Amino acid sequence: MELERHEYDVVVVGAGGAGLRAAIEAHESGARTAVVCKSLLGKAHTVMAEGGIAAAMANLWPEDNWRVHFRDTMRGGKMLNHWRMAQLHAQEAPDRVRELEDWGALFDRTADGLISQRDFGGHRYARLAHVGDRTGLELIRTLQQRTVALGIDVYMECTVTRLLTDEQGITGAFGYWRESGRFVAWQAPSVVLATGGIGKSYKVTSNSWEYTGDGHSLALQAGATLVNMEFVQFHPTGMVWPPSVRGILVTESVRGDGGVLKNSAGNRFMFDYIPDFFRKETAETEDEADRWYEDKKNNRRPPELLPRDEVARAINSEVKAGRGTPHGGVFLDIASRRSADYIRKRLPSMYHQFKELAEVDITAEAMEVGPTCHYVMGGVEVDPDTEAARVPGLFAAGEVAGGMHGSNRLGGNSLSDLLVFGRRAGAAAAGHAAGLPHRSELPDAALADAARAALAPFEREGGENPYTVQHDLQQTMHDLVGIIRTAPEMEQALERIAVLKERVANLSVEGHRQYNPGWHLALDLPHMLVVSEAIARAALAREESRGGHTRDDFPATDAEWARTNLICASAPDGSVALTRQPLPQMPSELAEIFES
Amino acid sequence: MTYDARFRVWRGDATGGDLQDFTVQVNEGEVVLDIIHRLQATQAGDLAVRWNCKAGKCGSCSAEINGRPRLMCMTRMGTFGEDETVTVTPLRTFPVIRDLVTDVSYNYDKAAQIPAFTPRARDGDGNHRMQQVDVERSQEFRKCIECYLCQDTCHVIRDHEGNKAAFAGPRFLIRLAELDMHPLDVVDRRAAAQDEFGLGYCNITKCCSEVCPEGIHLTDNGIIPLKERVVDRRYDPLTWLGSVIRRRPRD
Repeated sequence: MELERHEYDVVVVGAGGAGLRAAIEAHESGARTAVVCKSLLGKAHTVMAEGGIAAAMANLWPEDNWRVHFRDTMRGGKMLNHWRMAQLHAQEAPDRVRELEDWGALFDRTADGLISQRDFGGHRYARLAHVGDRTGLELIRTLQQRTVALGIDVYMECTVTRLLTDEQGITGAFGYWRESGRFVAWQAPSVVLATGGIGKSYKVTSNSWEYTGDGHSLALQAGATLVNMEFVQFHPTGMVWPPSVRGILVTESVRGDGGVLKNSAGNRFMFDYIPDFFRKETAETEDEADRWYEDKKNNRRPPELLPRDEVARAINSEVKAGRGTPHGGVFLDIASRRSADYIRKRLPSMYHQFKELAEVDITAEAMEVGPTCHYVMGGVEVDPDTEAARVPGLFAAGEVAGGMHGSNRLGGNSLSDLLVFGRRAGAAAAGHAAGLPHRSELPDAALADAARAALAPFEREGGENPYTVQHDLQQTMHDLVGIIRTAPEMEQALERIAVLKERVANLSVEGHRQYNPGWHLALDLPHMLVVSEAIARAALAREESRGGHTRDDFPATDAEWARTNLICASAPDGSVALTRQPLPQMPSELAEIFES
Repeated sequence: MTYDARFRVWRGDATGGDLQDFTVQVNEGEVVLDIIHRLQATQAGDLAVRWNCKAGKCGSCSAEINGRPRLMCMTRMGTFGEDETVTVTPLRTFPVIRDLVTDVSYNYDKAAQIPAFTPRARDGDGNHRMQQVDVERSQEFRKCIECYLCQDTCHVIRDHEGNKAAFAGPRFLIRLAELDMHPLDVVDRRAAAQDEFGLGYCNITKCCSEVCPEGIHLTDNGIIPLKERVVDRRYDPLTWLGSVIRRRPRD
């Protein structure tokens, strides 16, 4: 078999914020490091992040500190977060932001020249370091330029299809170049998964084609576990019109900067959906809500800035009750509340996006928005301090890792998560490699098997088209394991997924191995199916509603489930096996933070 | 609102290829990338195309549409007549890999050659202080999504392969301008801009600014000011004197 081979200490899979931050740290720790990514460098999904990086820098509100950020994060996740991850995240995020400035990032400034911070849902103080509404682009470009400056090897447009292991743990990874279809293997004792999320399994999503759950699936295959897979975040505000742009993200900054949600009757309906859990900290009148932007001490937060799960459910209910817009969303109005100049300055990409794609001028008229699949809280179960998975040598950071966000992620906490845990994973992966002077050879049989599996779709003739199968999976997840769930629907979803698995095993693709998107999709589909199965199984098992998991048949939160995580592992037959595990106990000095 | 459109899409690889005709359904509000995806799903499963965000933010789906460099995800079908044939071809400045996918490694090579950002020390309290008005000049260039449409349209390299070694193209000239205007950066890249990255090749026809999907004023705000700064350095009498004195032999 023709095979290109390389040897590294650390191989990072994924070149978004978490992957690049991990690679930088691993390199600076002295490890020979490579990054492998499916797209060109600088195109990762992180560029889509708009609002900002949450970090309690206290540049605008001196009252802010890591404890407040920790509290907001845990409450936003309905207390199901791994407390230690939430703590490390809140403590370290400010340093991770400052360090980006040393690498060239240019954030918007406060009047006294510090990094400016903006309001966002679920955050008590204005806390998001930002660059207009293109913060993700700034983050990716900064890390990309740093990666290039350090001379780290990057394998662009290269897809990992297998992790290789022996009794000791990780030994490397196997993949193919998208351009040529040729195979490549990396021998490495440490692999960091930083592959992002799973949104492409859903029909309406803000996620790009890359979000096929590869990392989640590779981890399961290698013997690691997933946690919290039932929790999928539907961002409340995606575009709904025209149909071809349905799902594209409309940043929460619109609300953070003063925008409000209205139904077809013109009412700010979010006042009708304030849950008891957040009643004490949420404004009761429009006047109070409007005063909060300037005076946070004497007023409470507008209900439009409740955590995303609350807002998404409310929008869903309004539309179902017949109070939606002509295209099945609700109105997001900033035009009547802020000057055109302010809107163009603070939200330039939103202005551009609506103007170009929907012919809507957001400085003059309201946007139409509705929920869109945005983020998976669930991911690889990791040690909070090192991001090590249960397989020695395997690490995971960013969206592909689980635990940090509990049942619902606050806006802005993703970019900070990437930086904090990307760095920790990179350091730990380098440390693991340094402790293993003896490197296991990659066994020929395993390499040959991986190659055979990758080429199988070419061997079959007359099989089904991968695009059709993907479409059917997206429809299934959208209809049956979406924002509101019931047991019969999820049981039906699992039956359909079983059928889809059989169909995937019989796919065939046309053409040859050189840059062939049909083939690439055929290899992504098994990942999408196993992740979809994990979501559906965990969601069926959790008989309560919490965060990004809403059961129509179990609408309340449940005290027993509040202490329970669901863990997914790979069963011998390749299906997903579920076990219950007690939630890690928060130490008393942190528990006190919630008593005030 | 639904109609059948005529598309001509270039298909082939480094050894050659040609335009292929397709008739394909178009629905309301769709963009060219939607139509390319429909071709993939229904008529040409192996049609090669790069894309990621489909929202004009990642700069992956660059192509030439009816001869004009554009992002496929931001080109609405409504801008064409229903009886108009839409022709989609790969970026001409870069070697074709397959169909609409080109080898853009030239850009990554140039990016790696630019002397890295080097900041001044932080203030005593660990912060950097900068005024908004000062960061905005470089922020304009950091909006760049690296779609390379400016590189594609630039006549210095579009049909002159031989110039590529000596010329970094508009994307990297504004990267140099960005670093030059960066309030924290301490490295002087003016000599390199002229000698290594070919600033002098640009004769400010502004084609790059016209195709930029981000509306960056590459020429007016980036390349022209950079040219002026290079000239300042070259013809500044003190700089000239300094360079002459330094060249004098020690003994």
